[in-house]
Amino acid sequence: MTPVDYEFLRKFLKERSGLDLSADKQYLVESRLIPLARKSNLAGIDELVQKIKSGAAGLASEVVEAMTTNETFFFRDKIPFDHLREAIIPELMQARAGRRSLRIWCAAASTGQEPYSIAMCLKEMGAALAGWRIEIIGTDISQQVLEKSKSGIYSQFEVQRGLPIQLLVKYFKQVGEMWQISPEIRSMIQYRPLNLLQDFGSMGKFDLIFCRNVLIYFDQDMKTQIFGRLAKAMEPDGFLALGAAETVVGLTDAFKPHPDRRGVYRPNLLRASPSIVPGMQQPLKAAASPAR
Amino acid sequence: MKTCLVVDDSSVIRKVARRILEGLDFEITEAEDGEKALEVCKRGLPDAVLLDWNMPVMDGYEFLRNLRRMPGGDVPKVVFCTTENDVAHIARALHAGANEYIMKPFDKEIVSAKFHEVGLI
Repeated sequence: MTPVDYEFLRKFLKERSGLDLSADKQYLVESRLIPLARKSNLAGIDELVQKIKSGAAGLASEVVEAMTTNETFFFRDKIPFDHLREAIIPELMQARAGRRSLRIWCAAASTGQEPYSIAMCLKEMGAALAGWRIEIIGTDISQQVLEKSKSGIYSQFEVQRGLPIQLLVKYFKQVGEMWQISPEIRSMIQYRPLNLLQDFGSMGKFDLIFCRNVLIYFDQDMKTQIFGRLAKAMEPDGFLALGAAETVVGLTDAFKPHPDRRGVYRPNLLRASPSIVPGMQQPLKAAASPAR
Repeated sequence: MKTCLVVDDSSVIRKVARRILEGLDFEITEAEDGEKALEVCKRGLPDAVLLDWNMPVMDGYEFLRNLRRMPGGDVPKVVFCTTENDVAHIARALHAGANEYIMKPFDKEIVSAKFHEVGLI
């Protein structure tokens, strides 16, 4: 791949999906795009770049899809789901006792394991949530992974990473070599395509947003901007769950860390404009290195 | 260091499992069938058992039922690791007191996830 093509792809991907590739990620681009070029009967990445430049829209979104990382598994990292069971849901149930409804958003749902894990978690809480109207929305930039999410069909390998055996037996049905999650759980989730770089104001307000392991691919400015818009898509007493290697610290004052639930954040209702909180601008710059 | 008894009639599987579990900081003993595994348990109970189902002499299911009847035999965490991958087998295993269940083929990620699940890691 020529340096010129690499620069073009970096810029293209950043504009289209927010993916922030450093200058040395040629191997990653090659490992994902050479197979795509081959599949599309193109000679190589140079021809792929030519096609995109000449406006091949279908191919352009395939490049974006090929470059997204969809790694996920059931109950990934475990701890966020303990927080969900032990703190978030009990608190929300108290706060929403009047309207008895919850809106939950998985902002990078990938192949569906996260929204399904949340759904199973809620189901396991049983009678406490009976009669509640629970809306779970899973979004992702990739159409391909959304299709898989909707089908709820997973390989034997996938159902063994993070999913306790009791839940496999309880909520899945064997379909040949594969396992399909029950219609009861599937019906709890709606899937929609969404690019986090675009406006999501029309989705309404959520009580809980899972936005895990996706912002790590964005640069600092984009992260700050997305946090700002996530705050607007959230009820003032809502919760935000980030990935284990992610934080809001130094990026935004729209959220503050939950005092004793690591990885959980709440809207910062006391946030003030930087002009009346001296020193706020400085930490924003000082902590600009990613917390990976 | 926690101990794990690996029970499988295939020496290749035992070797693979040993390598994975030693990587997870377990001290390994091996047995090639359920009866030999019971003998090991009578000498001293391990913290964990990675257990095949189909074996000559005594199968994994029989071993598990015997283990759970031994004094203190309810303590070791038992993780099945078998090609039996249908719901009926899984349900039987859980009913007999298995803590987790791995469907072969397996790899380090799966073993690690399952051992994590039952609190061994």
